[in-house]
Amino acid sequence: MDLYQKEALLSVSRLTVHFHTDRGVVKALDCAGLSVGRGEVVGLIGESGCGKTTIARSVLRVLPPAGKIINGMVLFSGQDLLSMKENDLNTSVRGKAITLIPQDPFNSFNPVFAVGTQIKDIMKWKGNAENSKEINEKQIHEMLEQVQIPSSRDQLKKYPHQFSGGQRQRLMITMALLPGPSLVIADEPTTALDVTVEAQILKLMTSLVLGRGISVLFITHDLGVASQICERIVVLYAGQDMEDAPADSLFSDPRHPYTKELLQSLPNPEGKIRDIPGEVPNLVHPPEGCRFHPRCSRATDHCSRHRPEKVVVTADHWVRCFHPIG
Amino acid sequence: MSGLRLAWIKFSRDRLAFSGFLIIFSLILVAIFAGVLAPYPEDTFSIHPSARLQPPSLTNFLGTDSMGRDIFSRLLFGARVTLIISIIAVGTSLLIGVPLGLIAGYSENWLSELIMRIADIFLSIPQIILAILLAQSLGPSIANVILALSITYWPWFTRIVFAETRTLRQTVFIEATQALGANPLRTTVLHVLPNVSSSIIVRSSIGMGYTILTAAVLGFLGVGAQPPIPEWGVTIAESRQYLPEAWWYATFPGLAIFLVVMGFNMFGDGLRDILDPRIRRGFE
Repeated sequence: MDLYQKEALLSVSRLTVHFHTDRGVVKALDCAGLSVGRGEVVGLIGESGCGKTTIARSVLRVLPPAGKIINGMVLFSGQDLLSMKENDLNTSVRGKAITLIPQDPFNSFNPVFAVGTQIKDIMKWKGNAENSKEINEKQIHEMLEQVQIPSSRDQLKKYPHQFSGGQRQRLMITMALLPGPSLVIADEPTTALDVTVEAQILKLMTSLVLGRGISVLFITHDLGVASQICERIVVLYAGQDMEDAPADSLFSDPRHPYTKELLQSLPNPEGKIRDIPGEVPNLVHPPEGCRFHPRCSRATDHCSRHRPEKVVVTADHWVRCFHPIG
Repeated sequence: MSGLRLAWIKFSRDRLAFSGFLIIFSLILVAIFAGVLAPYPEDTFSIHPSARLQPPSLTNFLGTDSMGRDIFSRLLFGARVTLIISIIAVGTSLLIGVPLGLIAGYSENWLSELIMRIADIFLSIPQIILAILLAQSLGPSIANVILALSITYWPWFTRIVFAETRTLRQTVFIEATQALGANPLRTTVLHVLPNVSSSIIVRSSIGMGYTILTAAVLGFLGVGAQPPIPEWGVTIAESRQYLPEAWWYATFPGLAIFLVVMGFNMFGDGLRDILDPRIRRGFE
């Protein structure tokens, strides 16, 4: 059931992923889905451990060895990424059509090579093969200018540890944009940075991405950050997609009880902190039906037995709940 | 300042490592120019019964042996034998051990188990005993000494490379490399190997010392190099029946082994300090 007939660049549907661990089978994702349109910035939001990163990794099929994709479909530009050959995925998708900005800018560079070496290597490896060395160097120079890193020879000769966290994330953005991707997956790119740097990086990302028409899947646990840069937000809870709406209507008119609780738990000027009653479920033995029902004030018996289907609110807003708000 | 220059400054300040380096450097020079430096180069093989067991003097710095050959000249040529044996043995161990370690560390399946259990079997037997057994059963010759040393030393490289590869595999940058579409070959050779190289270099230096010692032991026990090859261990073995009167006969080859092994170990320890990027960071 696809509500979005507009051209989707990436569409993930009914994705189920299990991790086989010593504690049992962790049911990390349960029929979760999302879609990202061309040129669209979509936020994927949820608490730690709800499966945000698992979705990102499933798209690129780089799950840790314990993770298995049980079911689902990942379509990217009409191609099925889950059945694509590993080799084709390596040459045409990973690091080329889809690039990743990892969460931790401190450890995402190879510590033994100079930053310039790593950036040039990406260009040689993933850039346009017909481009000469000079064109590549020129592109690197321009990109570094745009992310506001001085592209002097001395800078490029520096090692990753000689840059600050913010600078490293700028360099990471450079590496993610240089191959000319159509989709960038940003996995909590600013979480490890302090607030002022975070704001700069977000501004930079938005301007760079919008100017190029690149789609972004922006993963974050921070509603404030999501509201700043995302056009549309998908709410994920314990491996299930709960609500999908344009950013402004999600904030003004949340329909899912979980979304509402999440919004209310934001720190407010009165200084009151509200938390969501109950605990994040153990995904080895997740609750039956809707996984939020044990913590939900509107839950009924029905919720603990059946998984709700998507309920259309408006043309671009749906919610997965038997008893939606409003 | 460039990284190399910094490393050199740091290295030259480390007295132990620097002495180790000087010892190794002299050993290499001596091995190359043995023919020029030796006062009696022909004494490697020719014998002079009239001048046997002469104590150190102006004509023979370190005395002569039971066949009247100049011990100093033979020591210089022995350096050549020693160096050739240990370089080839360590090189072969590297070629076997490092790729196996990378494969075992990167793949997390039966292959990894198989490689590491085989390495464990080799490591469970004291190396020197295994080397003696192998050299004995293969027949005494320099080629077999090299073979025995390589077969017994590769698991050390495998174990180190395995452990570091396993750790690196979990790091963000290796995961990022996979997300960029690097296949296992590219990931291991281009990204894991450079990060492991400092440990490999350090281990190689210490391994040089170890193989020199073991080669000497094999020579001494008669299962390694054979007389009249001027190998140091062989010379010590020959000297046994003339001790303690001809003290110079065993002392100088013994000292040579001691110095060279110590040199490689001190150099290896110093390299460890320099090559560790965390320590280099502290210096800048």
